[in-house]
Parts: sequence; C-alpha cells; structure tokens
Amino acid sequence: MEGLKILVCVKQVPATTDIMIDNEKGTLIRDGVLSEMNPFDKYAVEAALQLKEKCGGGITAMSMGPPQVEEALREAIAMGCDQGVSLTDTKFAGSDTLATSYTLACAIRKNGPFDIIFCGLKTTDGDTGQVGPSLAEELNVPHVSYVSKVISVENDVICLERCMDDYREIVELSLPILITVLKGTIEPRYPSFKKRRMAKEAVIPKWTAEDLNGSEERFGLDGSKTRVIKVFHPRSRDKGEFLEGNPKELSANLASKLKKMNFIK
Amino acid sequence: MATIIIHKDRCTGCGYCIESCVYNSISIESGLAVIDDSCQMCGVCSSVCPVDAIEITTEEKKDTNLSEYKGILIFGEAKGSNICPVVYELIGKSRELAAELGEKLFCVVLGHNINEQARALTGYGVDEVYVYDDPNLSVFKDDIYTDLIVDIVDNIKPSIFLLGATSVGRSLGPRIASKLQTGLTADCTALSIDPDTRLLLQTRPAYGGNIMATIICPNSRPQMATVRYKIMKRAEAVPVYKGGFTSLEYVADSIRDRVKVREILEEEEEESLIEANIIVSGGNGLQNREGFSLLEKLADCFGAEAAVGASRVAVDKGWIDYSHQVGFSGKTVRPRLYIACGISGSVQHLAGMSRSDFVVAINKDPAAPIFKVCDIGLIGDLYDVVPELIKELEKAR
Repeated sequence: MEGLKILVCVKQVPATTDIMIDNEKGTLIRDGVLSEMNPFDKYAVEAALQLKEKCGGGITAMSMGPPQVEEALREAIAMGCDQGVSLTDTKFAGSDTLATSYTLACAIRKNGPFDIIFCGLKTTDGDTGQVGPSLAEELNVPHVSYVSKVISVENDVICLERCMDDYREIVELSLPILITVLKGTIEPRYPSFKKRRMAKEAVIPKWTAEDLNGSEERFGLDGSKTRVIKVFHPRSRDKGEFLEGNPKELSANLASKLKKMNFIK
Repeated sequence: MATIIIHKDRCTGCGYCIESCVYNSISIESGLAVIDDSCQMCGVCSSVCPVDAIEITTEEKKDTNLSEYKGILIFGEAKGSNICPVVYELIGKSRELAAELGEKLFCVVLGHNINEQARALTGYGVDEVYVYDDPNLSVFKDDIYTDLIVDIVDNIKPSIFLLGATSVGRSLGPRIASKLQTGLTADCTALSIDPDTRLLLQTRPAYGGNIMATIICPNSRPQMATVRYKIMKRAEAVPVYKGGFTSLEYVADSIRDRVKVREILEEEEEESLIEANIIVSGGNGLQNREGFSLLEKLADCFGAEAAVGASRVAVDKGWIDYSHQVGFSGKTVRPRLYIACGISGSVQHLAGMSRSDFVVAINKDPAAPIFKVCDIGLIGDLYDVVPELIKELEKAR
C-alpha cells in the first residue's frame, strides 16, 4: 500500500463565544471576528497526522466559507497537512448543514476519492455536529462519530474506539469511511514558528461553485432547508432572595427552608 | 441565487447591523448600510435591524407534496431492552404539539426484545407505535437505523420528526435528514407551532449558549429536530389511552450494514448526575480537589438522590472528572434542587443548569452572575458556610 489518502474538514470560527446581545438595542455585541480554526477541528487534524505518521500517505485539509477560511487551512498546513483547498464563493453563503455537506461532497468527489475523512466533533459557533454524518450520507460512505481512538488500519480495514453517552464500543469497517473525532484523548500539536512561516507561503487553491460540478440550487441559502427567523438573548430568571447573617445563621435559615420544601426527609 | 438587500428608504444608518455581523461584512457609507461580498447570509443583521431594512431573498423551492405530510413521528430510542428516558420527554412535548395541530403522534422503536416496552408507550398517548424487533438491531448502528427509519418516514409521511439529542440521536439525525433531503435543527430547547403557518418553531442555543436562534424548515418535510434531554416535561401515563401497535419485519435486503461492532464496553459510573434529583455543584471557589470531598459530604445529607456536579473550571483544573461537568460543554441537568458552591455562573454553566426547579447559590462575590438565576442566595465563603450547613442539615434530618 502506498499510503492513505486522507482528508480533514476544518472551519474558521470566531475566537470567542462570548457573544452577548444588548437587550435594549437587540444588537449582538461580539468581540472576535472569524479568527481561529475551530478548536474541535484541531483534534481531527491531529488524529489525521498521527494516522499518516503510522501508515503513510497524504493529508488534504478542506474548508468552506468566506475568504478568511484560508487562515484555518494555513494553520492545518503548519500542523503538518500536505495541502489545503478552500471552497469560497458568495453562492455558498447562508449554507445550513445540509447545503454545507452537499458542497463539501461535490469538492470531495472532484478531488477524491479519499480513504478516510476526518471531521471535528462539532464547531464552537454553530455547535450542531451535523456536518460529519450528513457529509457521509451525501458520499454514501459509512461514518463513525465520537471516535476516541484509531486502533489500527490494516488491509483497508480500520478498527476504532467510539465513545457514546454511556458506553464505548470497538468497531471495525472497510475503507472508505468518515469519522468525527472526540476532543480530549489526544493533544493537538502546536506548530513551530518555522512551520507557520512555511505555511504562510503555501499556495491554496480556491474553488468556486463553478469548479464543483454541482447543482447550483443546492448551494448556499437556496440549497438550505432551514431558515433562521429570529435571534435573541436567553431570558434570565426572576431574581431570588438573599439570606442575611453570619455563616451559622445563613446555614440554619437555609436548612429550615430546604426542610420545609421536603428536600430533607 | 439568494441575495441580501438593504432597503435604502428604510435604513437609518444606525449601525446596529455592523455590530451584529460576525463576518465584518457591513459598513456605513453616506449614511446607509452597505454589505460586501464576504457576507455569509446568516441573517443576524436582518433579525436585529430595528426598521426591517435588511431583507434576504431566496429562490424558494417548495417540495410539491408538503400537504401529504401529517402527524408527528418520534424516535423511540432504546438501549438494550429499555426505552431511553428522553423518549418520554419527546412524547410529553409532542402530545402538546400534536393536539395543537389536531394531528396524530407516532413512534418508531428499533431494538431487540423490545416489543413489550414499545407497546407500553401507547399508554403514554402515542397513537401508533411501529416496532422493528430483531437480533440485528440489539446494538445501535448508524447504517441500519438510517435505512429502516427513512423507510418508515417514507411510508407514514409525518410532518414533524423528532429525536433525542443523545449521542445516538445526534449521529443518526443528520444521516437521516440528508437521505431525506430535509432540514434538521440540532439540540432544540424549545418547540412550538406557529399558529399562522402551522410550521414547527425550533429554538436552540448557539455560540456556547450566548444567543438563541429560532429556526424553521418551510419547504421540505419532515421538519426534523434533535431535542435536548432534561428540557421538556416527561409525559405522564394516560390510563384510558389506547394507541395502536404495528410490528414490522426486519428484512436485511437492501439495508446497508457496513459497520461491525466487535465489542461493547459499558461505562459503570455517571448518568447518576443527569438523573439526580438534587445536585451539589462546585466551581473555582473550591480552590482545590479536596473541596469536592466537602461537597460530597453535603450531598450525602440529602441521601441517595443527590449527586455532585462541577463547573468547567473545576474540571479543567483536574479537581474532578469530566463526567461531573454541568454546562454547555458538559451535561444539561434539571434537578429539583441545585446548590452551586463557589460557582460564578458563566453563561456556559447557566446553560446547563438554569432549568433546575430550585437553585441555591453560595458565593463570596455578591456580583457573581449565578445570583441572577438563583432562588436563594448566600453571600459568603463556601468554606465558612458549607461546614455549618452540613451540621444544620444533619440536625434537621
């Protein structure tokens, strides 16, 4: 085997999720504009790099979004990916997870096939975790989500550990596949200054809708089945009461209230 | 192609839209908002514009047969031969929605040795339960489950299809939605019916719970959503209710089955946290790992119903295992009583616990945001208050 053909999907997200709405004005107050690679994707990149180091092959990083996604791709290259492809076109704007998966699938068909596609568990901005499984269905390849460990790859058969809510399982399947990588079991590497500088020089092809051979009505907002109709700040509860006194009085007061409410039997 | 337009006659140049744009795509030129090519059409600006000057137009293509789709289908997720608790919450909410629509409630259950449990769901107000009971379905597999459920959807044509936002539902939902080419909203915390359009209004948190978005699926069916566990009220049994029960035969032909499950390793710990009626939770104010032994003692005062939770800071610092984490990136809990000790109450933490029935907060900082969501607040050092509280509770028992 001459090595695996690996793809990693990454996204550029706002560096902070501390976005608040000014309730009086109804406006969003945001600190960061798109400025870092989705933290969950770094684990996907790391898992891909470790697999490449073990089995050989090449890794392509792919990202769909505004021109800033190039930054996420450069970060992926600095970490060790061999090349990047950006999917940037105003026609892709407004994509929900279904349209995003379709667009990525078109690009993968053009550039592929790949043996393994890595995705992060979810993104910190949209936070749906839907693109991975959805993309697998678009490509008609099996997927394994919440992967905590790639155990082995031998003769086109991959063995993985998967972490569900209350159990883990060891699964085995034939390539090609798509996996979403759990955060926490591996640590993403931090690229050296030198590698970062090299990544800055990398030429990143930019594909538009025209390059993808897809049906245009399935791209972007037109291809999205969901519509956001309202954005608002979560409402806070009514204010409670404050108890007064020294720690002993506070505790006695609270204990008797909890007793009255039948929390202590 | 979808376009975004500024109605120049309405735009006042107030600039609220500029602040709302995560992509930096808006500027004000000659007193009017201008949107450049980097726009991702997320629609947030349009939603915040006080004068409705920003409009996004799309080439709306409705599927032709929308009116054929009626009723609500829920995924009756099972583990082993037990129905998962989230299913009863889905039933609780769906019964309300079905009543509002004047339509039926269906449930599909896949598993092995599950017939009896599945049949019992009819006693909770489900009009028809569809069951595949087969040894091949004893463990969850994305491929098989997708194909069987898509088949059910094609047959009964529900207008709405809901799944629990469990690890199973989150993995399965997108796959089904893609195969059906319909919209799916993740992790909903509120669902209702728009009285005018009869569309499902799906509300969910985004940006780590900092903002909420309401989402619709106007042009395709079913309208799909995964629903967060411990948010909706559990259905009560309806003594006189008698729904139907259909047992379906599993035929392996034309069903994709590409993943082999070699081994299942049960996790013994946890889950107790989500189910606990009383949670004593600790955060940065504990200052060290030993603080959690104190909280365990406090939890013990409430008996076996109580569990210990933690904020992300406490978990990140390694004082307690991740399985105890409450919050956006941890677990959503809805206990009868939540006692927050030394937790300041970040938005992320509040997202996981603010639906608790009764919240007690103990913190030295009177300005801590946790006090905004608590029912009773105690301002003081937890190391002074908690030991006293343990004594008082022991006395009160």
